Amino acid sequence: MSLLRVDSLSVQTSDTVLVSNLSFSLAPGERLGLIGESGSGKSLTALAMTGLLPRQLDASGSVLLAGEEVIGGSDRQLNTLRGTAVAMVFQEPLTALDPLMRVGKQIAEPAARRAKRDGTPIMGGALDATVIDLLLEVALPDPQRIAQAYPHELSGGQRQRVAIAMALACKPDLLIADEPTTALDVTTQAEILGLLDGLVRKRDMALLFISHDLPVVANTVERVVVLRRGETVETGLVADVFAQPRHDYTRSLLQAARSFDDALGGKR
Amino acid sequence: MSLIRVDDVSFGYTADRRILDGVSLDIAAGDTIGLVGESGSGKTTLLRLLLGLERPNAGSISFDGAPLEPGNGPFMRQFRRQAQVVFQDPYSSLDPRQRVFSIIAEPLRSLRIAGDHAVAVASALAAVGLDPDTAKRYPHQFSGGQRQRIAIARAIVAKPRLLLADEAVSALDLTTRVRIVELLAELSKDMSLLFVSHDIGVVAALCQRIVILEHGRIVEQGETANVLAAPQHSYTQRLLASVPRLTLKET
Repeated sequence: MSLLRVDSLSVQTSDTVLVSNLSFSLAPGERLGLIGESGSGKSLTALAMTGLLPRQLDASGSVLLAGEEVIGGSDRQLNTLRGTAVAMVFQEPLTALDPLMRVGKQIAEPAARRAKRDGTPIMGGALDATVIDLLLEVALPDPQRIAQAYPHELSGGQRQRVAIAMALACKPDLLIADEPTTALDVTTQAEILGLLDGLVRKRDMALLFISHDLPVVANTVERVVVLRRGETVETGLVADVFAQPRHDYTRSLLQAARSFDDALGGKR
Repeated sequence: MSLIRVDDVSFGYTADRRILDGVSLDIAAGDTIGLVGESGSGKTTLLRLLLGLERPNAGSISFDGAPLEPGNGPFMRQFRRQAQVVFQDPYSSLDPRQRVFSIIAEPLRSLRIAGDHAVAVASALAAVGLDPDTAKRYPHQFSGGQRQRIAIARAIVAKPRLLLADEAVSALDLTTRVRIVELLAELSKDMSLLFVSHDIGVVAALCQRIVILEHGRIVEQGETANVLAAPQHSYTQRLLASVPRLTLKET
């Protein structure tokens, strides 16, 4: 059974269609990439799937997440889904984290909420221990110190690790990562991608990975959906789509990516 | 002869923190050099020094054999005519209230360059592949890639000998990025190019020489092909190993 089934999803303003008739599904533990350039609708799709679209935008169609309909769902119902079935990691960890709250507390909040929903509430020392475990799981050194730090005291890579720890605290079945390494340096990016890959496998989470960066996607997911101006251009196994793109647009994207990749020479 | 010579330059905004440390660099006529580094490496600071926006604490920078003197007005006017810059964000680097003509003609006005500005602007527009009609419109009417072409037209309108580009393609979509890199490659036939970027793939595609900056020091420089094929410094090796490649991982 699919964990996520998106069926004819459209997102529109009063006069423009931004995402049109998008359909795909995701099985538990599966890794899917949404790729496209700016304006392709990839981030809006993620927001629509979690019921987080701005009010001015209208979603139609169906998004079944863990058996529940997201489109038209009440805030109460969606709040339960978010933070149990699904958690998100965004591009810019500095805006995703509360600047006035210590990092440990920001991780403790979703962890306590999840435990309460599971009927096994935790607090005090047990909660602190959970936070430390999560910080260790995202490979942050000296977790006691990091838990006491504010976001501005951490580097970009450390902040993104904290944001990932917050997502893990929800024990989600599906992790949505929207350009999670785009704001990071290339050496940090490699570390975060390695971390995400390991966590997704270890916890058997499904991953919806949104990115404009083809080489990053190639190394992260199994299947891809290529979007352009809100329309699905092509879908398939990443190996097939990248080796033999069927659509001209996919071909032009790959050709562009390859021109820079080839310039780097024959590293394998 | 060097167009720009950076000789053992060190710089810091405060005494206790050096941003650049003993940097030496030669830019000769016809060079295309990629300056690569991650955040905090000092690449933008080095560019600011090259533009005369900051002065080195130690060491010297010379242009055409004469020391770069930010205080010397006539010299700097001459220098600005020879060295122009393109920035990363095409949305914030163009004045939204001016028409494209006036934006592109700005260096001609401020550098008091005589001649027919309309002709110069038209030829700059043609060089960056924009329609002559572009001149009558406003920046908001253009896409990111077109705006970056406008910024490049402004940079080349005074026919500089050196073009400095600070992450000039980083904010652009992939397919647009390829086209702007092609444009810069074409323009670099007629002028030297110093291309500052964190993206080693773009530098590999565009620049014949590469300079690797880490924590304010140049750790490696040389012919791009040689450095990529056999990186000597451990940081360069780590940087190259971190770049995600299109070739699929075996799973």
